[in-house]
Amino acid sequence: MANFLSSIRFSDPYFSVLLMLVIGVGMSVAFVLLSQALGPKRYDRVKYSVYECGVDPLTTASVRVSVKFYLLAILFILFDLETAFLYPWAVLFRQLGWFGFLEMLVFLLILLAGLIYAWKKGALEWQ
Amino acid sequence: MEPILFILFGAIAVAGSIMVVTRKHPMASALYLILTLFAVAALFVLRQAHFLAAIQVIVYAGAVVVLFIFVIMLINVPENKLPVERLTALRFLGVAAAGLLILEGAVLARKTTMPGGTAADSGSVQAVGRALFTDYLLAFEITSVLLLAAVIGAIALAKKKI
Repeated sequence: MANFLSSIRFSDPYFSVLLMLVIGVGMSVAFVLLSQALGPKRYDRVKYSVYECGVDPLTTASVRVSVKFYLLAILFILFDLETAFLYPWAVLFRQLGWFGFLEMLVFLLILLAGLIYAWKKGALEWQ
Repeated sequence: MEPILFILFGAIAVAGSIMVVTRKHPMASALYLILTLFAVAALFVLRQAHFLAAIQVIVYAGAVVVLFIFVIMLINVPENKLPVERLTALRFLGVAAAGLLILEGAVLARKTTMPGGTAADSGSVQAVGRALFTDYLLAFEITSVLLLAAVIGAIALAKKKI
């Protein structure tokens, strides 16, 4: 046990991530289990009936979503990837100097063409 | 500490993957996929691949699964029309193939020494960035063209009138 405890590197930046994970998962599991164990379970037909803000439900919960969401999601992923490449560049910004700046400028300009195209074609609009 | 965490997150990843392929409703599968991807990200952290771990969470768990969920919501198969899958010979064949793959991996892992990759900082954001902006510069710039092609392709496919 002492051996195990000494093997934990408390100064590791990921230790706080792990701690947060443990506390977060532990708390949510504990609350679900506590309400399961302590909450009174009295069956009542009206209480268990489906309702929507006091109104009878109009449709089922799963309605077919528009394909427009999908286009937005794809565009989100692509520009998300673009920003993902910005992180290592930002970390190394001073080391890379002007050359790195130009590299990233070329990268961003090519993708800017994509953004302008999406904008011009009305892909960002909801019609 | 590391071996315990490796076993823990490895077990979560394997259990999550099993849940992904066994759930009846695709939405449940997609949510278990997020769990699996997070566990794999934790495994990347344990292998000192910090940048890869961050990308795994941001791009895969954050964005790609969103796309999966949109597809599921788009197709929107009603609960009672979900296909019932049976245990067929193909599945046993699949399990056998997976077992063979694991065996091969185990044999290979025993016989070969992995070059590099285990150095303390080879997977840090700085190290990845340095490689990306010097040795793999052309590939990095071409990536932007690839992303541009994807943007245009997505719009061309999804828009009724271009």
